[in-house]
Amino acid sequence: MRLLLGLLFSFLVAAIFGLGLTQFALTRGTAFGAITIGAWTAWPKTGTTDIDPYARAAIARSGELPIGSGDGVAFFAASDDAGKPLDGRCAVTLSGTTPAARFWTLTLYDLDGRLVPNAADRYGFTSQEVSRHADGTFSILLAPRARPGNWLPTGGIDRYVVVLRLYDTPVGVATRTAKDAPMPSITAGACA
Amino acid sequence: MIRWLLWLVGGLVLGGIVHLATVLLLPRTATQDAYTRLTATAPVNSVVPVPAPTPDDALLPFMDPAFATAVCRYDLSSGPLQLRVPVSQAYTSVSFYARRGIAYYAINDRAAGRRIIELDLMTAQQRAELPEDEEVTAADRLIVESPTRTGLILVRMFGPEPGLMPMARRALASAQCRPQT
Repeated sequence: MRLLLGLLFSFLVAAIFGLGLTQFALTRGTAFGAITIGAWTAWPKTGTTDIDPYARAAIARSGELPIGSGDGVAFFAASDDAGKPLDGRCAVTLSGTTPAARFWTLTLYDLDGRLVPNAADRYGFTSQEVSRHADGTFSILLAPRARPGNWLPTGGIDRYVVVLRLYDTPVGVATRTAKDAPMPSITAGACA
Repeated sequence: MIRWLLWLVGGLVLGGIVHLATVLLLPRTATQDAYTRLTATAPVNSVVPVPAPTPDDALLPFMDPAFATAVCRYDLSSGPLQLRVPVSQAYTSVSFYARRGIAYYAINDRAAGRRIIELDLMTAQQRAELPEDEEVTAADRLIVESPTRTGLILVRMFGPEPGLMPMARRALASAQCRPQT
């Protein structure tokens, strides 16, 4: 009887711990092969056959097709430089330069990878569309209401992610530091 | 007390095994992976455009809205496949994904170095069965080996600004993938 109870207890612990760990790893993402520069993180290995089992399971579950390494690399940011989650009700400024690439695109998504709905039907910028300062740097304002300059509407949603994709770029598996890949800073401003 | 602690440790070890097993087995059991999502809209071995993503409706998550995208859902069981993609003016890329979504090869217009990206897709076995002389005449052809019998080819053309998207979409319409004759 005692043995049975013990076994039952063990199996229960195994199921909760094992499945919980899997759920956690797949929703939170893993650190394997990640490049972190400021608030930005990229997983260049996910676009190769060297993809780790966790990323493999995560893409099978979400249905995402990761960008191939011969095509480009995607950097994700879900929080600002201070570590505060990006909030669609607040103004957020992206400014600086981007790593060397033929071109880049910047897009806002909700946490499930859907485009952020907004009245202007504007979901992102490409490097050709952004207007720059005289020194070649740029700033993009993410805010719920229209602003002058490079404005991207956040639609006032709670949480979102910014994805900066570099195409035809030397940035990849060998990239380690911000010196190889200067990413724009992310600063939170006033909230509505 | 000690006995229960032992049962707990045993449970945690078993939990670790359960965790690893579920992570490794999950790709096989996924019902919402990219290939399955595209099965309804994309017939086998032909290029079909993927509708531009909108907030309410996107075939796949995290699609880049700055691109016109088309997909070829391939099945190599009846033989190798031929892919022809005329290069657009802005940027064109072709990415290959195995059945479970692993990106095993990608090429862009600059790497291809000509006006048209032209290549043959086959399994390792089909490549091994290629006649010797054909391999020589095919020396200037790009041959890509697919690790799985089925998979996805994503053809993408960049639209630098919204006004240029119709052009990208038109250029995309002339992409072809079809069984080799």
